[in-house]
Amino acid sequence: MDEGTEISVTIAQVVQRLRGTHLHSQLEKQAKECLHRPEIKLESLKEDVRNFLRASGWERKLQNAVYRELHILPPPAHPAASPEHTKEPLEYMRKAQACWEKRILKSLNSMCTELGVPLARKRPVAEQRHLTNKWNEMGTDEPDLSKFRPVYAPKDFLEVLISLKNPNHDCSEGLTARSHWGLIQISLNIRDIPQMREAYPELSLNRGQLGIDDHAHVPPDLFESEHLRIGKKVLSEQDSAAAQQYSRQGCPTGLRAQLWALILNATNEPEDIMHYEQLKAAVIHHDLLVDNLIYKDVKLTASNDDYYFVFEDFLYQVLLCFSRDTAVLEHFSYNSATPPKSYIQGKSGAEEFAVVYPPNGVIPFHGFSMYVAPLCFLYNEPSKLYSVFREMYVRYFFRLHSISSSPSGIVSLCLQFERLLQTHLPQLFYHLQDIGAQPLRIAFKWMVRAFSGYLSTDQLLLLWDRILGYECLEIVAVLAAAVFTFRAENLMEVTSLASAEAVLADLSTLKVIPLLQIFLFATDI
Amino acid sequence: MRGDPVDCVVKTPVALQLGDMVSDSVRPGVYITDVVLPEPVNIREISFKNYYTAYLTVRVLKNEEGSEENPAKWFTCVRNYCLMSSPHTEGGSQDYFSIYRQQMMTEPDKVITVRLILRQPSSVWLNFNIEDIKIYPLTDEEPERDVPSWLATITPAEEPLDLNGLPDPDTVSSSIQHMWALTEIMQSSQTSASIGRFDVDGCYDVNLLSYT
Repeated sequence: MDEGTEISVTIAQVVQRLRGTHLHSQLEKQAKECLHRPEIKLESLKEDVRNFLRASGWERKLQNAVYRELHILPPPAHPAASPEHTKEPLEYMRKAQACWEKRILKSLNSMCTELGVPLARKRPVAEQRHLTNKWNEMGTDEPDLSKFRPVYAPKDFLEVLISLKNPNHDCSEGLTARSHWGLIQISLNIRDIPQMREAYPELSLNRGQLGIDDHAHVPPDLFESEHLRIGKKVLSEQDSAAAQQYSRQGCPTGLRAQLWALILNATNEPEDIMHYEQLKAAVIHHDLLVDNLIYKDVKLTASNDDYYFVFEDFLYQVLLCFSRDTAVLEHFSYNSATPPKSYIQGKSGAEEFAVVYPPNGVIPFHGFSMYVAPLCFLYNEPSKLYSVFREMYVRYFFRLHSISSSPSGIVSLCLQFERLLQTHLPQLFYHLQDIGAQPLRIAFKWMVRAFSGYLSTDQLLLLWDRILGYECLEIVAVLAAAVFTFRAENLMEVTSLASAEAVLADLSTLKVIPLLQIFLFATDI
Repeated sequence: MRGDPVDCVVKTPVALQLGDMVSDSVRPGVYITDVVLPEPVNIREISFKNYYTAYLTVRVLKNEEGSEENPAKWFTCVRNYCLMSSPHTEGGSQDYFSIYRQQMMTEPDKVITVRLILRQPSSVWLNFNIEDIKIYPLTDEEPERDVPSWLATITPAEEPLDLNGLPDPDTVSSSIQHMWALTEIMQSSQTSASIGRFDVDGCYDVNLLSYT
């Protein structure tokens, strides 16, 4: 498709998606209401209405909504391409993803058969009432979850990624210049350091950064005060694109919550609150097997975490509501994964009885709740917390547990990490590989969670500022490589996987922005 | 939307290789595929699915009128069109592509054979070819056709392809004009707003997940 066609198709898509939204009807209503105003003249009606919508901030809201759509929509597909091809262009990746999904389904099916628990059932009225009363303290209930086990853990997923192979790739050759010492066998297009220097100019050594230049010994008038002033201006303008650009140099703690919501266009209007209440009602009406997986996950991860245990109840609320949200299903048009399907009342194969399970199509795995936990520091209103999390998930986090060739996908991140390490620290890589401590086996768990639960929260939020700012998860792989570089000296002395893991067990003292900056801009190339 | 592709015969690819095909272990880096058209066609678009071809050259055999002694002549339409930006890695390896007549160096009119020259300089791939080759003819009523007429009118035929930087301002402004037309079209179509129900008639009793 040529460029003009592509733009027109994108415009048509955006227009169609925004029609029927609440914003659309609000714009119409505002336009109608403004007709009573004296400054609207009949002879210049169109211009005047437009000026009114601009002056009253509605135009900006529309811009932000369009900006969101542009970031979420996949680029217009070739007319001959199938929907599957749009989800993931590489056939062997699609097959691998389908195969992995089948494994998950089998494991879920066998769990519910073994335990004699249905995947979903309607709660009896008494139970509904009990849950309604307990909504704000679900953590105090201690159901027996010993029989439930997480459907999979990052480790299992890594094994699948390691076994990925392109059937058209020639693996017969021995050691050559192309040889890759790492675990990932496929060759995706990933950026090297010079390319990343171009992609991340705001992280360069001569630019101010929150996470470095707000340190206590740096006078605030060098960078911090001015950055804070600009941040307030960005917020008053209510412009998503400006907020995103701003976030590349870090968001000040006091403004972060608002800035992130603005970047993601996650609103907390009455209809968002109503949507959240509907989801809550759906949780109260139906009991799902995945709820137990969520409980179990929160208990195993966030509740054990020094930073996050206080948010236990918030996490249940958000995650249970998330599992009932059918709006999440939309993201499967650009995610290589496919939501699981079932037939109610045993009507197998009859499409009118087909349902998606769970309603949002996402089966949580061990550690899933850590995608929500850091956000609890920013938002204390559940509905707001919820809409920001959902937006983060459908933009970024889903890529961390589906097999795809996307540059933000977990496969690319793994390869990126291994390549960076092999190129810039070959001795360390060789040493670790030699003692049976493949670096990816250590770094994978960090990347799958985008470092949530591994860094201290202030540092994690500084990292996620950049994910939102650059709209890419690549930086996660860079940080993983930078952590190895930082601990290279100690790692060169270890002689086993266990001791290498011990060297890298505690990342809570690391300062992420200096690490990223030094790795990207001060490494010899 | 795009009209029907013409019936054509896609011949088996021929490898360009030095030495013996069978005994030599070196894989060829060039394949040539001929597509024979049953009658002379004015080509509008050639569409195909890539399978690990890095560069594509398209040549056409035109049946030119008036030259009795030597009626058919070869012309190069596109030279080394890049399908994979980095031949060693996957990007573009299994994508769909279209080459339009505006992108061609010669007018692909009265074509009787299309010759596709496929190149893959990287030796990491065992095989490469292109699939689903479809050739769309230029039709007379092209400029004014039903709904997607804006598709055809946006880029004038002679306009050079602007591949880097911002899109051409004329293109953008004309497509924005079309946006209003599109909103009108969309009026009649259904909205994408969903009501958020996941049950069927109030029932969501799920016992087993389906594998298909």
